[in-house]
Amino acid sequence: MAENKNTKTVMDKDGIERCLTRIAYEILEKNKGMENIVLVGIRTGGVYLAERLQKKISDIERDKIPLGILDITLYRDDISVSTKKPRLGETKINFSLDDKIVILVDDVLFTGRTIRAAMDALIDFGRPKMIQLAVLIDRGHRELPIRADFVGKNLPSSLWEAVRVDLVEKDGMDEVVIEEGT
Amino acid sequence: MKFEKKDILGIKDLSVDEINLILETAESFLEISTRKIKKVPTLRGKTIINLFYEASTRTRTSFEIAGKRLSADTINISASTSSVVKGETLIDTARNLEAMNPDVIVIRHSAAGAPHLLASLVKQSIINAGDGAHEHPTQALLDIMTIKEHKGKISGLKVAIIGDIEHSRVARSNIYGLSKMGAQVVLAGPATMLPRYIEQMGVKVYTKMEDAITNADVVMMLRIQLERQKQSLFPSLREYSQHYCLNRNNIKLARKDVIVMHPGPINRGVEISPDIADDPSCSVILDQVNKGVAVRMALLYLLTGGGE
Repeated sequence: MAENKNTKTVMDKDGIERCLTRIAYEILEKNKGMENIVLVGIRTGGVYLAERLQKKISDIERDKIPLGILDITLYRDDISVSTKKPRLGETKINFSLDDKIVILVDDVLFTGRTIRAAMDALIDFGRPKMIQLAVLIDRGHRELPIRADFVGKNLPSSLWEAVRVDLVEKDGMDEVVIEEGT
Repeated sequence: MKFEKKDILGIKDLSVDEINLILETAESFLEISTRKIKKVPTLRGKTIINLFYEASTRTRTSFEIAGKRLSADTINISASTSSVVKGETLIDTARNLEAMNPDVIVIRHSAAGAPHLLASLVKQSIINAGDGAHEHPTQALLDIMTIKEHKGKISGLKVAIIGDIEHSRVARSNIYGLSKMGAQVVLAGPATMLPRYIEQMGVKVYTKMEDAITNADVVMMLRIQLERQKQSLFPSLREYSQHYCLNRNNIKLARKDVIVMHPGPINRGVEISPDIADDPSCSVILDQVNKGVAVRMALLYLLTGGGE
């Protein structure tokens, strides 16, 4: 992404990698191994982060854990008030969530409304034993009583700023930037 | 791109981009029908009226299921049990329904143009579920989606549509849609069932079925619509089936990987032999029905504001 004067890079490629490595270990530590753990990434940034976490966890434990993709568009709470709805992406969860520990993965935790929608969607797929939340960035400003279990970096931000997570898979490079006045 | 249309009246009015957006959205909706809990809360609080002036099993059920899986409230009105039998006009019925504030009205009517009339009168979104022998856009969309899934593309395919072209809204919508998407459409049927000047839609026309299905990638058989025939357009059903029934023999003329489609309901042994209709290696008839729900979910979603 092009650098302009109103943006500030707060995390680079190595920073993101180190955060994800730590989160992978924290997930295994908290759940005492990888038994019954499944990852579900929220479209689109969360999916790539979940894929990376899946790889890291399988490198550590030498076994693969299931990975699902969730599009939360149909569960948004602003869908009936906004005149134009976002384009739909595909949801792909090819395994049962019953009695599983679901690690929900997203790039930025902000108001918490996306996570609320994601939890409603997950419960339509089954009855997980537990849902835990992993995010790369927690930027504050929650509007719902939701918190993350695994956080890459707490990034206090003002409401006038936008936090953008660029990932190699979709943007060609890894970085977290704050944009002003958007 | 945004979906700007208020109504879905015909494939003729849709651009290639709009068709692609509808198909992509429908792809995402396919998965919902495979879940244990087949419902998402997206259209909670929206009301959809299915106003059917003609008999229907597939289309009406499909629209109703599509609405319900999106959590909308769907209401079915069929002409035989409504005030139509008391002599209420379509316009009066429409104004009264409008006063109850639904969000979408789905209409099937025996008169071509009925949905267009409705669309000009009421502020709600109108979806044409078949108007006379004019258009049946949702059928064409689900047909295109089915072909695309099996063939991976539309452009460059040879699609043969066989039977009663004159009375078929399915044929007309498919000719518009498939031609727009780059397929070569060929038609065949008895001369009495081929409308005059149909070649002007950019299709090749034959009276012998064998000529049309030779090397076809897709063969779409049409139902003989006995209810629309006041005069006799062919001597007997038996004679019709001798010339225009898809069977084990003539299907060999088509490409080896041909898929066979039919909008339903099928007249077994008249336009399609049962062993072809039930052969999972070529028949995609039930797959069409499956795609129908997803396409209609996509349209309801897009018309109530989705798609940016």
